[in-house]
Amino acid sequence: MKESFFYHALKIDEKRCFGCSRCMRNCPTEAIRVRGGKATIYENRCIDCGECYKVCPSGAVYVAQDDFASIYNFKTRVVLAPSIFFGQFSEKYNASLIHSVLTDIGFTHAIEVEASAYIHSQVTSDYISSHEEHKPLISTFCPAIVRLIQVKFPALVDNLVPIKAPVDFTANYIRKKLIDEGVPEEDIGIFYITPCAAKIAATKSPVGEDKSSVDGVLNMDTMYNMVYKQLKNQAKEYKTKLVANDVTSDCVVFSLTNGEKRLNNCKKSFAIDEIHNVIDFLDKVENDDIENLDFLELRACDQGCPGGILTCGNRFVINDRVMYRAKKLADRERSGETSRKKEITKMEDYLVKNSRVGKILPRSMMKLDEDISVAFQKLTKIREIEPKLPQIDCSVCGAPSCHALAEDIACDNASLLDCVFIQRNLENRNSMTAQESVDIIKNIWGEEKLDDYILNK
Amino acid sequence: MHFEYNIIESDFANAGKASSEIKKTMKQLNIDAQKIKRMVVAVYEAEVNAIAHAFGGTIFVDIDSEKICVLIKDSGPGIENIELAMQKGYSTASAKVREMGFGAGMGLPNIKNNVDDLDIKSEVGVGTEIKMVVNFI
Ligand SMILES: Nc1ncnc2c1ncn2[C@@H]1O[C@H](COP(=O)(O)OP(=O)(O)OP(=O)(O)O)[C@@H](O)[C@H]1O
Ligand SMILES: [Mg+2]
Repeated sequence: MKESFFYHALKIDEKRCFGCSRCMRNCPTEAIRVRGGKATIYENRCIDCGECYKVCPSGAVYVAQDDFASIYNFKTRVVLAPSIFFGQFSEKYNASLIHSVLTDIGFTHAIEVEASAYIHSQVTSDYISSHEEHKPLISTFCPAIVRLIQVKFPALVDNLVPIKAPVDFTANYIRKKLIDEGVPEEDIGIFYITPCAAKIAATKSPVGEDKSSVDGVLNMDTMYNMVYKQLKNQAKEYKTKLVANDVTSDCVVFSLTNGEKRLNNCKKSFAIDEIHNVIDFLDKVENDDIENLDFLELRACDQGCPGGILTCGNRFVINDRVMYRAKKLADRERSGETSRKKEITKMEDYLVKNSRVGKILPRSMMKLDEDISVAFQKLTKIREIEPKLPQIDCSVCGAPSCHALAEDIACDNASLLDCVFIQRNLENRNSMTAQESVDIIKNIWGEEKLDDYILNK
Repeated sequence: MHFEYNIIESDFANAGKASSEIKKTMKQLNIDAQKIKRMVVAVYEAEVNAIAHAFGGTIFVDIDSEKICVLIKDSGPGIENIELAMQKGYSTASAKVREMGFGAGMGLPNIKNNVDDLDIKSEVGVGTEIKMVVNFI
C-alpha cells in the first residue's frame, strides 16, 4: 500500500483478534483484509467511522486514547464535555451534578463543548451564504465524513465548510480566557471527552491544520465509568444548583441529528445520519441529482453523536435525554431564570477570527494509480479477473468481496489462487495439491483454524 | 475497455445507473474530478432523453488512457431538426414527462457545454445516436 496519510485511533489488538472477518464484511470503505488469521487495515482507506468496532465480537478493535494521568502534566486542567456526555446519565443525575463531579475527579475546570455552537453556526451560515459556487456546502463537524469525502468523493472536497468544529472554538475560548486571567499558557491542559474514534483521529492529525486545539482526548466510556463510580460511592454532597450554565437550549442539541441543520437555518438543507445512508446520498450529490441544495449536515453515526461507538447507553435514550434537557433549558430561558447570552459571546470576535481551517485536500482511495496508463492497465486486469471469480462474496480469500479481491490482485496485494473456487478447479485439474491449497488458506486465516478443524473437531 | 448498458423505455427511476458505473471507472483511473462530473452530467441527460423521447436504447462506453467516448443509441422517433433541438428551451416533452420534472429543453445544450466532442446523428422514424467524448489530457 501507498504511504499512510492519516493517524488512526482505531486499532486492532492482534492478541484478541481471531480473524472472524465480521469487521471486514462490515467496513463501508472495504478497508479491512484478513491476513495470517488477523484483521489488517488499509490505512489509507480507513475513515475511522467505527463500524468495525461495533461488530467485533472479541473486543479486538479498540480505540487508542491518552492516558488519564497525562492530565496531571498541567497545573490547570480543563475538561471539554459534549452535551451527550451528560445525556448518558439518567435524569436523577442532572448536568450540574455531572459537571461538579468532573471538577472533582482531577480537572480544575469543566465546560460544555456546545457553548460555542451558536457562534460556530453564525460563522458557518455566513460562509454558506457567501459561497454559492460550491453548493451544497457540507458540514465538517463529523471527522469521519470529512475523511469519507476525501477518500471516496474527492470531487466534493471544495464543498466542505472549512471551519473548525465547536470543540475547537470552545477550546480556543477557554484557553484565551485563562491566559487573560493570568494563567501561564504552558500550565493549561485542555482535554476533550470524545464519543468516537474519528474525533480522536481528527485531533491527532487535524485535516487542514497543523496543530490541534486540545492537548489530549479521553474516551467517553472511560470517563463515564470514572464519573459513575464517583456518583455511586457518593461520599460527599455535590451542590446541584445551576453549575452547568454554558449552553443555550438550541445549542445543546447541536450534535444530535438535525441539531446543526436547525441552527444554521438554510433555505434547503438535509440532515443525514449513518454512514451507508451518507454514502448513498453523496453519490447523488456528486451527480448533481439533487437541485438547489444549500447545506448538508452529514453524520457517520445513526442519531448523530449519541450513536458514537464510545457512548454508554442506548443512542435513542441519550438523544431523548438531551432533547429533554433542551426543553427544560428553553423553559428557563423563557421564564428569565437563565440568560441566553453566555459568557463566551464576549469573545465572539476572537473566535470568529480564528475559526478557519486550511485547505482540505482530496485523498482518493479510488484511484488505482497516480499515472493514468498504469491505472488503465490495472483496471483492464480487474475486468479480466472479475468474471473468473464466483461472485458470491464469501470472503474466504480474506477480502470482503470478489470485486475487492480482483482489485487486490491487480494491485499485487493478493493472488488469484486465494480464491477457494479457483483452488478447487486447479485441484480438479491436478494443477494444485491439497497441501498447497491448505497452505494458502492457512496463510490467510492462520495456522490454528485448520489444525483445529482437522484434528480436534 | 468497453462496456454496454441497456436503457429501458419510461424507466426514469433507474436512469443514472450507467453514469454511476462510468463515474466509478473514471475515479479508478484518477481522472480529474471536474472531467468526471462533466461526463456524468452529459451521460445522464442523454440517457433521460432516450427514456423520455425514444423507447429506451443502449449505452456503449469506450475508455482508453486518453479519452472516454460514450455512444447512446436508440431506435426511437428521431430528431427532425437537430439545430432546433440544440437550442436552449426547445422541447417537445409530453405533459407526463414534464410532470416528472423533465422537459425544460436544457438537456442537449447542457450536454454540449459539458463534453469536448459531440456528434449527433438522427433520422426520423429510425432513431438517434449521440456520441460524446471527454478527453483526459
Ligand atoms: N433521443 C431522442 N429521440 C428523439 N427526440 C429527442 C431525443 N433527444 C432529444 N430529442 C428532442 O430534442 C428536444 C430537446 O432535447 P433536450 O434534452 O434539450 O430537452 P428536453 O429533453 O425536452 O428537456 P430537458 O432535457 O431539459 O428535460 C426534445 O424535446 C426532443 O424533441
Ligand atoms: Mg432532455
